[in-house]
Amino acid sequence: MNDARNAILDRLRLSQFPDSAPVKRDDQNDPVDPVLGPDERINCFINRMRAVRTEVHDASHDSWLDILHDVCQVRSLNNLLVSPHTRWGAKIYAAARRFPALKDYSQSIEDWKSELFTAVDAAVTGAYGGIAETGTLILWPEAHEPRAMSLVPPIHIVLLEKSRIYNSLTEAMQIQNWTLTGMPSNVILLSGPSKSADIEQTMTYGVHGPRELIVILV
Amino acid sequence: MTTDFRSNVAHALKQDAVQTHFRTVVDRLRAHRQAALTDDAAFEQLRSRCRAIRADAIRRLPDLLELFESNAQRSGIQVHWAETTLQANQIVLDIMRRHRATFLVKGKSMVSEEMGVNAFLQSHGIDCLETDLGEFIVQMAGEKPAHIIVPAIHKNRREIAHLMHRHFPGLPYSEDIETLAQSVRRFMRDKFRAAPVGLTGVNFMVAETGTLCLVENEGNGRMCSTVPPVHIAVTGIEKVIARLDDLPPLLNLLTRSATGQPITAYVNMINSPRRPGDKDGPDEVHLILLDNGRSHIAGDPELLKTLHCIRCGACINHCPVYRQIGGHAYGTVIPGPIGTILEPQKQGLDAAAGELPQASTLCGACAEVCPVRIPIPAIINRLRWESVRKNQQSQNSRPVVPGAGSGRKSLEATIWKIWAWCCTHPGIYNRLTKLATCLRNRLPADMGAWTVVRKAPKPAQVTLHERLRKMDIDHE
Repeated sequence: MNDARNAILDRLRLSQFPDSAPVKRDDQNDPVDPVLGPDERINCFINRMRAVRTEVHDASHDSWLDILHDVCQVRSLNNLLVSPHTRWGAKIYAAARRFPALKDYSQSIEDWKSELFTAVDAAVTGAYGGIAETGTLILWPEAHEPRAMSLVPPIHIVLLEKSRIYNSLTEAMQIQNWTLTGMPSNVILLSGPSKSADIEQTMTYGVHGPRELIVILV
Repeated sequence: MTTDFRSNVAHALKQDAVQTHFRTVVDRLRAHRQAALTDDAAFEQLRSRCRAIRADAIRRLPDLLELFESNAQRSGIQVHWAETTLQANQIVLDIMRRHRATFLVKGKSMVSEEMGVNAFLQSHGIDCLETDLGEFIVQMAGEKPAHIIVPAIHKNRREIAHLMHRHFPGLPYSEDIETLAQSVRRFMRDKFRAAPVGLTGVNFMVAETGTLCLVENEGNGRMCSTVPPVHIAVTGIEKVIARLDDLPPLLNLLTRSATGQPITAYVNMINSPRRPGDKDGPDEVHLILLDNGRSHIAGDPELLKTLHCIRCGACINHCPVYRQIGGHAYGTVIPGPIGTILEPQKQGLDAAAGELPQASTLCGACAEVCPVRIPIPAIINRLRWESVRKNQQSQNSRPVVPGAGSGRKSLEATIWKIWAWCCTHPGIYNRLTKLATCLRNRLPADMGAWTVVRKAPKPAQVTLHERLRKMDIDHE
């Protein structure tokens, strides 16, 4: 297909207008995203997330395990997919008696696809950051918390440190230094549970991804 | 003169119920967008910024495509180029065959519609399953999407309930939207799990990082690009942007213009196939870059603005013509104002789509709402001119727009030439307009196509020049 490649690029190069000035990218005059104070930022994040049917709990380092426990109990979950190798996960495993059966995503998806699709009630993952402007979670899937954890189980519970909530996506990209080599194979911005308005523009939730999204802020 | 387009329009105008339904849904989309635009000044700034991002990307298109390609390849994404939809389909088929795959799950993609990939693969014994709720409804009905964002916009819940019942006789009949969506969810889950290949579109390609960015609400795009061992993404060459920090303003503008959402439920940024240590994600990610006429459009400084489009659908939602005739009457993959300028440039002014620029009132609503400020009415005018222009015979180069000059009729051209001559000769002009006022009651009531839906025009009793003279106004 190199022929096609070269033909397309040649055509594009031939049709370029050498005399046309470069497009002015007036970056320094770009509108600056609103900068909120820490409390405002957290409130904005919470309100935005709640507006898209996300359950948000305001917790502390002492209370998040209790809240997670309540979240599981209210829904009578039978099991919870969570990694023992993350900071959050280690604490959950240490208190395993309080929780439904804990499962670890320890093998490749091919080795347990059917169980993952049919027998996991909920997954718990951490978030790499939050975005106040849009009410968004940044997921940075890695070996212990693979991509499908936030996609396949019907309930997704996310733990997020309040200090990692940024004003905007642009700010998050800058502070967290998103680059070609630094990003995982897949970065997900998550804003609410799966939804669709394809029938008569009426919103319905849990179409293909999780039906419920629960965020615990620490 | 009856063409396919005209009979489509006549058919669409007779369907009162569908028309009413279209208007209700389109009005809802417009209201959502309006509600999301609270700060006019900030929105205008954002539009200018995004227009510059897109204009810059299209101006540097070949360089950015090469940069994107090398970065994507460095991360392990396999990049394929296709000049035509046939080549693109063939690439998909080759990948399917290499994996001995007999079916694929598909996320919503207008480029895949452009390719007609479903029909192509079907003819080679491979099934494509549309997994987006709206696209799945359209596929069950054996139709084409009627809108680029809301494919099943033309169907009400009763029709959808009947369709579902016909395809899944085991399920109890229901018109409840929640129930319908959950039935589709259950059906699809098994398909995602079993599918050997997933195919999706792409919203933006980021050159500096080799990232594919997909925007969606349902999660089916993520399913198609996460669960099957092979992911094929298809996109047009114009979807590239230079930098990662170009993405936030474009995402913001895209979702608000399309549905009024501040952001979609999922923004999926794919950087590579599964890496060592990853436990899921596809082992192979293929990207097919489709040209299909785009590089030719990039050759004209005015027309290339067509390629700035980010496919939000705002122009469609605000078009009075689309509102009346709906999406199918256009007979093209992309309907509405953007389809009106894009499709004739791809298919040629002498093809069926060549008539679309006539289907505009030039009201300007599309340009007013276009997030990246594409001057759609100006391009429509340009295409009207291109279709009746006199072709230069001298150069052996291709015309700027394929099929240019195909609409030129020598009689019409002569009449306009005489008219132009009259207008530049006041003596003749005055005598002719005077004559028209005298004959005002004798002009025929039947003036061809014009009088099919309108009354024949009737000249005034006195000419404008005479009247001005009587009022002592003289500008000459």
